[in-house]
Amino acid sequence: MTRQQRVFEVVRTSLAILIALTIALVIVLVVSDDPGDALGKFLLGPLDSFRHFGNVIELMIPLTFTGIAISVMFTAGQFNLGAEGGFFIGAIAAAFVAINFSLPPVIHPIVAILFGSLVGSLFCGIPAILKVKWGSSELVSSLMFNYIAFFFGLFLINYYMRDANAGAMVSYLFKPTAILPKLVPRTRISVGILVAIALVVVAWLFMQRTRWGYRIKLTGANAKFSRYSGIDTNSVVIYSQVIGGMIAGMGGSIELLGMYTRFSWQNLPGYGWDGVIVAILARNNPLFVPIAAFFLAYLRIGADIMSRYSDVPNEFVALIQGTIIILIAASSFLAKYRHKLVFKEATRKPVTGGEA
Amino acid sequence: MNQVFSLIFAPEFGYSVLRVTTPIMFATLGALISDKAGVMNIALEGIMLISALTGVVFSALTGSSGVGLLAAVLAGGLAGLFLAYCALKLKTDIILSGIALNLMASGGTVFALFLIAGDKGISSSLASKVLPKLTIPGISSIPVLGTMLSGHNVLTYVAFLMVAATFVFLYRTPLGLRIRAVGENPNAAASVGIGVTKIQYLALTLSGMMAGFGGAYMSMGYVSWFSKNMTAGRGFIAMAAEAMGGATPLGSMLTSLLFGFFDALSNTLQLMKIPSEFVNMLPYAATVIGLVLYTVQKTRKERLARESAGAAPAVTGATAGKKE
Repeated sequence: MTRQQRVFEVVRTSLAILIALTIALVIVLVVSDDPGDALGKFLLGPLDSFRHFGNVIELMIPLTFTGIAISVMFTAGQFNLGAEGGFFIGAIAAAFVAINFSLPPVIHPIVAILFGSLVGSLFCGIPAILKVKWGSSELVSSLMFNYIAFFFGLFLINYYMRDANAGAMVSYLFKPTAILPKLVPRTRISVGILVAIALVVVAWLFMQRTRWGYRIKLTGANAKFSRYSGIDTNSVVIYSQVIGGMIAGMGGSIELLGMYTRFSWQNLPGYGWDGVIVAILARNNPLFVPIAAFFLAYLRIGADIMSRYSDVPNEFVALIQGTIIILIAASSFLAKYRHKLVFKEATRKPVTGGEA
Repeated sequence: MNQVFSLIFAPEFGYSVLRVTTPIMFATLGALISDKAGVMNIALEGIMLISALTGVVFSALTGSSGVGLLAAVLAGGLAGLFLAYCALKLKTDIILSGIALNLMASGGTVFALFLIAGDKGISSSLASKVLPKLTIPGISSIPVLGTMLSGHNVLTYVAFLMVAATFVFLYRTPLGLRIRAVGENPNAAASVGIGVTKIQYLALTLSGMMAGFGGAYMSMGYVSWFSKNMTAGRGFIAMAAEAMGGATPLGSMLTSLLFGFFDALSNTLQLMKIPSEFVNMLPYAATVIGLVLYTVQKTRKERLARESAGAAPAVTGATAGKKE
């Protein structure tokens, strides 16, 4: 990608976000009795206190994990939406280790997270295997597996880990050794953020610098070409989704051990779907995932604060998210300008063009 | 076990199968129409939600379930049109467009519900109407069959009529032929003067309207209210049912009934001492298993076809070699 094209992509992304925010503005203007106050809370609320900004960073961590998970799978051209279920079932697996094992402090969370990652990778691997072996659509089967993961996970909690004295449908408390230590005082930001940062770098290196990552990219760009050039695309299809599931499961484990003291989710947390938006905003590039995750987390927390202090419910973020997905993924959005750019470049450097 | 069988073989169970099949069948027909035009509508789930809420709101506003139904179907058509606009005009990948529409529907319906009914979970504060149930004279007096087939919501009968209507539309009308031609080979269709994009717009709109019927049934027949994410994956199940039904109206009907059976079974089993989580899992697990079984036999059939087709030239090649 040339520099101009990169600038163009930034402009395009910004414009899409701007349009989505404008839609948000119009909605708030129509809905709210005091739109000025509501908008202020929405846009600036996350910055108004240390705690609120901490919330943004806390939310950014799981979004980074699912964002990278989806990026890897989408780069391979696999529409596996199992990150949602992988995140959930990974968290259940981590809860199992955190409750039932007795291990020394540092080892305990590591074992829990590894087990969560393993379960997540198996989970996302099933639709991949079904696809490679029999051609079942990974999209449909991963969607079904999300529901299966949800109910199966609740079953495990309810029958094997449920704390009968707690009153609600929650698990036993985790062993203190399993809980991830907090990194920033007065927030719930755990050392999980360090794992997230490491993951970003590793995922980038993996995609950019290894043969495996290259095969994923090539298969996603053109599966037929990859097959004819000797790449075993079936194995790419499988390992890309296994890796995606592993990252999602790891994210679920870290989220649970970093933010909670027992398992208490009653719904799928929805981070898998958010990962789709993060991945699209980041153009499937792991390095950009944290930026996209920060943006989405900021929107989310802003909307939460707004709904707490004003009359606008926070679900309107979903409308912004949908708009952003559509506009950024829209290849004809600003396509004319892209053509002009490419044309200009081609005509400006007719001599050096051949060398490139 | 005996208890399970006595529950399943009761005529009431047959009734409940038809009852829970209805929304899946509408959505499956929606999946079928768009698939025939070569466009994948994964937004059926979200469209059903939008229509379910629209139906409740309009029936409460006007006091008429008929107006509610009309509004729901129109809303479904508009949502389908919106999907078509994103995918065909803005050229957003149709799966991503569908994901976006599903997200917007799932959050947007809660948002709208809160604004209209002041509640984020359920629409019980709205005096919405329910579509009437039909007692079919003649059939209703037959002992077992009457219990199973009569007294359903009017949309349940419409769903079965829609199967026939979809068949006639796709296979016996010029427009249906065009839709199939576009799905089969868009370039060939364009070369004989069919407006591919226009046909796909139409197919997605019709597909949305079909899901609109399903949504209307959910909130004005299956139950008498709208609740958050009430479709619970039926739109996705429908995609599996359509694939498994071999992309034909009759096949779609049969597979919808199959998944409806498991849905009804899970409702029935809740009365028994089986962990409810397992019971809830049943329709989704059955869908995956069904999808896999279908694709297994399909790949086997394709392999056989390939082998028998490949065998013939190989033999002639070998004999030709000997002659030289």
